[in-house]
Amino acid sequence: MTTVTDTLAENTPPGKRLPGDLAIWFFILAEMLAFAVFFASYAFARASHVELFNASQDTLNRNAGALNTVLLITGSWFVVLAVQAAHRDDQRAVTRNIGLGFLCGAGFLIVKIFEYAAKFGAGISMSTNTFYMFYISLTFFHFMHVILGMVILSVIWLQSRKGAYTSKSANGLESGAAYWHMVDLLWIILFPLVYVMR
Amino acid sequence: MNALKNPAHRAWLVLMIATGITWYFGVIGATGTPYIIAMLIIAFIKGRLVILDFMELREAPLMWRLLLEAWLILVSSLILLAYWISLK
Repeated sequence: MTTVTDTLAENTPPGKRLPGDLAIWFFILAEMLAFAVFFASYAFARASHVELFNASQDTLNRNAGALNTVLLITGSWFVVLAVQAAHRDDQRAVTRNIGLGFLCGAGFLIVKIFEYAAKFGAGISMSTNTFYMFYISLTFFHFMHVILGMVILSVIWLQSRKGAYTSKSANGLESGAAYWHMVDLLWIILFPLVYVMR
Repeated sequence: MNALKNPAHRAWLVLMIATGITWYFGVIGATGTPYIIAMLIIAFIKGRLVILDFMELREAPLMWRLLLEAWLILVSSLILLAYWISLK
């Protein structure tokens, strides 16, 4: 018996498929535009306070920023492996890789909390100067996105344990994965911009 | 080397190396236009790998791929412009 989805899948050229739901991609685009405004605001604010930004940037923990880049990229990679596993109907690998992706996210949050604790412990706040206002708000805005991504991964993990994602239907998994990759993509710009470029 | 046939594995490896380079620029306290351009190019390459091989937009309808790539170009150009202004 041929179902409607089978027919649709056959009629869609394999080379031209958008993974996940269309709606998630509009959401991702909106989020990315918000961050683009934020990144540009940081860069242009820096242009009029170069010395202040350079001196304040020197107090950031670049190793922690780089470690967090590694954690997010690796977390993203595990989630790609989960999607690939769903496409070959390997249920166990889907659940395992989602779990590993989630743990990378948790690692990111822990590193970030230590960074915040060090800064707040040194008496630094949003009102210390323009650089820290950007550093704290930009990274915290991103931090919230990591948390939302981990909530999505938890839901997907629970679903994957019920065998929800297969080669025939992996839409939910692909949508969640796309959001998780966006969180990674944003940090890939944020890390050099705020921690290293001067 | 069979593992590198999977585009996701290849992307992960390049992303790790690229992150290492940016981190190293931080360690040596790299400043100035050549380093800023280098770091923006690295961020652009990394972002593009995430878009094409992690988000799997390489095989998606061209419009979506271009929309996300355009975002990368927009963000890197604005940052470059702001850094160029700061040198004036």
